[in-house]
Amino acid sequence: MGTRNYRRKTSHSEPGPGDGGRTGSWRVERPVLNTSLCIPCKRKAEACFICWLLCPDVVISRTIPPTIDLEYCKGCGICAEECPTKAITMVDESAFSEENEGKE
Amino acid sequence: MHIIENGNVAAALGVMLCRVNVIAAYPITPQTPLTEKLSEYVESGEMKAEYIPVESEHSALAVCIAASSAGGRSFTATSANGLLYMHEQVQWAAGARLPIVMCVVNRAVGAPWNVWNDQQDSISQRDTGWIQIYCADHQQIIDSIIKAYWLAEKVSIPIMVCYDGYILSHTYMPFDVPDQKKVDDFLPPFNPDYALNPHEPANLNTVTLPDVRLDVRGELAHGYMEIRYLLHEEMRKSLTVAAEAEKRFVDIFGRGGDPYIEPYLCDDAEYVAVGLGSLTYQLRVCVDTLRKEGIKAGVMGIRFYRPFPDIALANALKGKKGVIVFEKALSYGYEGALVSDLKSALYEHLAGTGTLPVVQNIIAGIGGRKIRTEDLTQNLRTAIKGQVTYEPVWIGLEI
Repeated sequence: MGTRNYRRKTSHSEPGPGDGGRTGSWRVERPVLNTSLCIPCKRKAEACFICWLLCPDVVISRTIPPTIDLEYCKGCGICAEECPTKAITMVDESAFSEENEGKE
Repeated sequence: MHIIENGNVAAALGVMLCRVNVIAAYPITPQTPLTEKLSEYVESGEMKAEYIPVESEHSALAVCIAASSAGGRSFTATSANGLLYMHEQVQWAAGARLPIVMCVVNRAVGAPWNVWNDQQDSISQRDTGWIQIYCADHQQIIDSIIKAYWLAEKVSIPIMVCYDGYILSHTYMPFDVPDQKKVDDFLPPFNPDYALNPHEPANLNTVTLPDVRLDVRGELAHGYMEIRYLLHEEMRKSLTVAAEAEKRFVDIFGRGGDPYIEPYLCDDAEYVAVGLGSLTYQLRVCVDTLRKEGIKAGVMGIRFYRPFPDIALANALKGKKGVIVFEKALSYGYEGALVSDLKSALYEHLAGTGTLPVVQNIIAGIGGRKIRTEDLTQNLRTAIKGQVTYEPVWIGLEI
């Protein structure tokens, strides 16, 4: 089943998750959260959330702990750069693919 | 109503009759009088449209793209370097599938600077995804614009209506201006599938990934390649839709016939001269001379250059002894673009049938170099005698 019957002939997207495509595939580095350093995790209270505020792709949740939607995270690294406690680090994606290959 | 006017006025009247909503253009010779005339119509209130003055051709087409995306019928016109300057937006309008109509008043491109006629400007835009129609007289200019809006809006593909600078744009000829009522019968108001609407926000033609994707509603949406494939597929299909447009036009206005080609004395011809635009009418004079000499010659004007009417041309030229293709443009480093396309069509449809004609390419009138009818006739005689050359022959070249 292809796209022939799609209702538009052109590139047409609406506001909402995923209408820019699965941008997670663009990622070279993956943000990894260390909850022992993360302010809301440590305080167990709504606080900080600078990563949630600044993520340009709105893929970080305002929850405890914050979660990152890797389906759409492009790996820009703004969250890691801005985190006041350095709780987020950017890890090369190859680390995860090797890990997965090992499991298979 | 029959009037005597120049080709630019014929175009302007066509645009007014089509009840265009938005006009944006930047002046460039020899197109300028066309948009000046339109600005007069709008200023006097004769035409109810927005005339948006812009600072460049790139912006002119950008305005038309925006207007068309919002559901307006839009028009622009340009020539030569103006067309080249809007090239990026030319490609965009096609990919966005917007039914804009643009007049290209054919003129040579720089360098060196030159304001005279040839067709290098529009031929160089062959691969942009626009339909290209070439006109041979003023009646074809006004009629083509009316047909172009109907066809463009039917297939969601923009159309260039091309006519020779000065030779058509600035000369006076009698032609019929159709009744507004008949044009309204032929051309209904523009009613696109989707028009920009603040209550239904959408992103148009943003980054589109190589792969297909599920959209917000979970439906499988096109990737870039599917969108581009559809443009090509529907461009090919528009040949059929153009025939429908022509039939409707003949029914309502009582003139027209073949949307793709315009044959003159071709039925019994052994040799056929082929070309685009006003040159094909000049070639009719040559053919009349050759007929008096007992040579069975004809002329085939091509109205549609893209999509290329390959089947119509192969059928019309099947079994001819020779085809002589006259061009006012070329693909530098090889030969005329039209002759390459024509040879490809003949090979595709006639190879192995013993009906392939010999093909000669002749380049004429580059940068407004005078095209003398006797030179055209003499070059036809030479080619008909079988003196066919590997490289194109350049008429009037003094080097």
